[in-house]
Order: sequence, then C-alpha cells, then structure tokens
Amino acid sequence: MSEVQDYPSRLSDPASRKYETFSYLPEMADEGIRKQVEYIVSKGWNPAIEHTEPENAFDHYWYMWKLPMFGETDVDRILGEAEQCHKANPGNHVRLIGYDNFKQSQGANMVIYRAHL
Amino acid sequence: MSEKTYSAGVKEYRDTYWMPEYTPKDTDILACFKITPQPGVPREEAAAAVSAESSTGTWTTVWTDLLTDLDYYKGRAYAIEDVPGDDEAFYAFVAYPIDLFEEGSVVNVFTSLVGNVFGFKAIRALRLEDVRFPIAYVMTCNGPPQGIQVERDIMNKYGRPLLGCTIKPKLGLSAKNYGRAVYECLRGGLDFTKDDENVNSQPFMRWRNRFDFVVEATLKAEEETGERKGHYLNVTAPTPEEMYKRAEHAKDLGAPIIMHDYITGGFCANTGLAQWCANNGMLLHIHRAMHAVIDRNPSHGIHFRVLAKALRLSGGDHLHTGTVVGKLEGDREATLGWIDLLRDSYIKEDRSRGIFFDQDWGAMPGVFAVASGGIHVWHMPALVSIFGDDAVLQFGGGTLGHPWGNAAGAAANRVALEACVEARNQGRDLEKESKDILTNAAKSSPELKTAMETWKEIKFEFDTVDKLDVSHK
Repeated sequence: MSEVQDYPSRLSDPASRKYETFSYLPEMADEGIRKQVEYIVSKGWNPAIEHTEPENAFDHYWYMWKLPMFGETDVDRILGEAEQCHKANPGNHVRLIGYDNFKQSQGANMVIYRAHL
Repeated sequence: MSEKTYSAGVKEYRDTYWMPEYTPKDTDILACFKITPQPGVPREEAAAAVSAESSTGTWTTVWTDLLTDLDYYKGRAYAIEDVPGDDEAFYAFVAYPIDLFEEGSVVNVFTSLVGNVFGFKAIRALRLEDVRFPIAYVMTCNGPPQGIQVERDIMNKYGRPLLGCTIKPKLGLSAKNYGRAVYECLRGGLDFTKDDENVNSQPFMRWRNRFDFVVEATLKAEEETGERKGHYLNVTAPTPEEMYKRAEHAKDLGAPIIMHDYITGGFCANTGLAQWCANNGMLLHIHRAMHAVIDRNPSHGIHFRVLAKALRLSGGDHLHTGTVVGKLEGDREATLGWIDLLRDSYIKEDRSRGIFFDQDWGAMPGVFAVASGGIHVWHMPALVSIFGDDAVLQFGGGTLGHPWGNAAGAAANRVALEACVEARNQGRDLEKESKDILTNAAKSSPELKTAMETWKEIKFEFDTVDKLDVSHK
C-alpha cells in the first residue's frame, strides 16, 4: 500500500477555493473550452458570460458580461465574448453558462478563465 | 323510483364490478394489479373481487348499499391481460372514481388500494404494479417541497450530478467524531453527506449534539472550498412532535437540508414534513427503508414505481432509486422507468420499462434520483450515463474507504465525476471509454489514481430477483 498522503486544503490558502463544475480538473485548454461551447449550442441553450473577483465567488450573483447571447449559435462569437470579458477583467474568474429556458435553469455552468492568485 | 330491491346474500362480484365495456374517465384513478387467483377462481371474478374489496364492496350485500349510488362509487375492473412469461397470474386494470379519495392524501389512496384486499382469500397473491394519478388529483397534493430546479439554484450546482456520501460506521460514533467524518468528506469536494437511516437519536449520539457538530463541519467546509454544502440531518423520530422539534433546530442552525424515512416514518408524517419544508425553505432528502419488504416479490406487494409516485405526491426532493450497478437489487430498464416517473413532467406508457399508464404531473416539481449502495469510482462512467445530471450519486464505502481518508476519497470521486461529465459533453461514449477517461483523469489526481487501484476488482454481479415481466424470463 502506498504511503498515506495529506489533503492540503486550507482556510488560509485562497488556492483551496473551488468554483463548482470542472474546478477539480486541470484548467481547460482552448480546444476543451470550444467543445463545451459546442455542447451548449447543440443543446439549444442560451450562452452567457459572467465574472467576479475571486473573493466574491461564493455569491450567487456574479457580474453579468453584457447580456446572455440569446439564440447565438456561432461558437467563435461566443468564445470571442468570453475572451473579451477575460481581457477586460484579468484578475477575475470568468464563467460560461448555458441557460435552459425550458427547465428555467442552467444546463451548464463552468469557470473557463481562472484568476491566478 | 329506484328499481333496486334488497335481497340478502352473497352475489358474484363480477355481476357488479366487472365492466369490460367501461371507458375510464380522465379523472379516474387507474390501477394495474397482478393477480394470482386461487385455483378454480375465474379471472373476471378475481379481478372483480379485487376492485370490490379495494373500493365499495364487502363480502355480502347489506341494506345500506341501497341508500347510496354504489354504481357511481364502485371501482370497475375494465380490462384483463396476460402476464408475459407467467401462466398463473394476469393483469387486471381497475378504475376508481376520484371522489373515493380525500384530496391531497396519499394515506387515503393507499389505505383503499392496498388495504384489506391484499389479504383476501380468493386470491393467492396480489401485486400493485402501477397507478395512474389523474392530473386532477395530482393538483391536490403539495409534492416536493422545492424540486430539482430550485435545489440547483439554492445549492449552486449546475450541469452535473451531485455527489454525496453516507457517514459510516452507521452506528456507534460520537457526535464530535461523526462531525469530523462529515467535514473531511465535504472539504474534499462532495456536495452532501448523509445520516445513515438507522441514525436517529440513540444513546451513543443524541440528535441535538449531532446536528450542532455537523452544521459546524458543513459551514467550515463551505468557507474552505468556497462551494455550497449540506448534510442530510435525519429528523425521522418516534412521534411527529419530536420530528418537528428536530426539523426546527436544523433550520435554526442554518442547515439547508433535512432527511426522512418515508415508509417506516409513514405517509402522514412525510406529507406533513414536506409541507413544513416548503413553508420553511428547506430541502428534504428521502430514504426508503422497508421498501424491499414491499416491492421485491414479483407476485405480491407493491411495485417500487408505485412507491416512487407516492413519494412524489407526498413530498420529497431526493429519493433513493437503486444504482443498477452496485450492491443492491435493480433491473436497468425498470429503474430507468421509475427515474423518469420521479423527474419528468409527462411520462408515456412504456411496457419495456414497466410503465403501464401515461402519467401527467403537470407543474408538480421533480425529485432528484439518488443512487447509493456499493458504488465506487469505477462505476462513475456508467452512473453518469444511466442517471444523467438530475441525480445524487452517493459513495459511502467508496469515499470513506479510501486509503488516505475521506477528503482524498471525496476528491477522487469529484475528479472522476467531472471527467465523466466533460467527456459526455464532448460526445464520448462513457461506458465504452470508461477506462480511458478515468485513467486520463487520474494523471492529475493522485487521489483518484489510488482509488482506482483500491477498488479495481470489486463487482456485484448477481442476477436481479424482481425482473420486468417478459416472455423469455
């Protein structure tokens, strides 16, 4: 049996904070993000971009980047908005949402640009 | 004037209760029974006897029958069908007028449908296979206190199944040590932990101590991970008064979710607690202890799909459904059937999933399906594929049994879950590519790698006892 390892999460370490779906995986590369955008589009969900300072990430409401992109199916345009939001808010987490208006919920919600602390 | 006259004595049930010409009304409650009659009893007579004994009938004619319109109030056996692969039993379909039942009372419906009739001598065995609740009756019930969509918003969990874990050993821990186990699981990445169903308020751990320590553990894990967490505080109690006392304390401490055992606790207690949860903004997790006593025998009892419908009407936000792949009984197609009955708003008749009637739930919220029992990381791809997003996947031994402890076990499960969801969204086949997906995810997670090595060989491949009725059984 392998040596027991410590699980090093700490209140004092901001890097221990997570941000829900996919935050336990390594940061997604561009190709991976594109595939998730394609998934949202294929489901017919409405893409949206939000961002926040890392210290406020626990809040339900993050800052909305413009408005949700209702009916947008152009993957490059969606990725372009996410990148613009990231450039305008370099110290923020940026998340991609797929609004499912039939379920009145979010079918997808994932941080695609992580603020590096 | 009425043409009827009173004549004492015993009549054949089928003269009154067998009505093959009857077309069920949209407002009727419909039931499908599997009947195994005593030798020599004709099918029509047995079907009529079941509809009589589950509605207005008694064994002999009584003069007070003539003071009411029994032809209106009686249950009507309107169809009979062969059971595939079974020469003795048959399906009988019975329609009940809606005003036989008190509004919003699962208690009253089941007192009639599965009451004295199940001990009736003319039948050897009897099983309630399915019930169609008309939308007119559904609308009189409160249903789930919050529902899937509201729970996702409260807990901030989107685009994936939720992850849970039942704290073990199930009995004997002190409240403080128990809270430690909760804290470790939640800080490692689980969304929920759960009281075992047997944990109520025993001498080794009284409920109030447990609630206090567990909520502290939950809040600290939230602060540490930045994610919303909960622990199902079991408020199942010997009396309703005690149950509400525990529920109130959970709310006062700021816990988001409590738990109840709806069959041992009873439909009356459950319906009341669900309404309390709705009024107090609390989520309600439902355990199903005792269900297998009722639903496992293929020829006698109540099918689980009926118990699942009863829970959705009575109220609960989560219900255990079996895993298909773990240590507990569960046929895949049948399980998919009752998962749909819990979560969807309209479910079509589908005999290949054991669903005998169309079921319209209208605006009644859906219930999360809970998969729990003997599952570990290697099952994750199949679980995500079978259950989809609106499920809580609960790994008890599969979290706590990790060689490095609960936090590492939790992290392993979380990484495996997210890797599976990411792959699914990319259009990959989870069940065929499971090994590849998990092995790749383990490259960045030593916790997952160790979990995969620990549970590599554990499988539970026993045949299911309660199979769907098919001719090649």
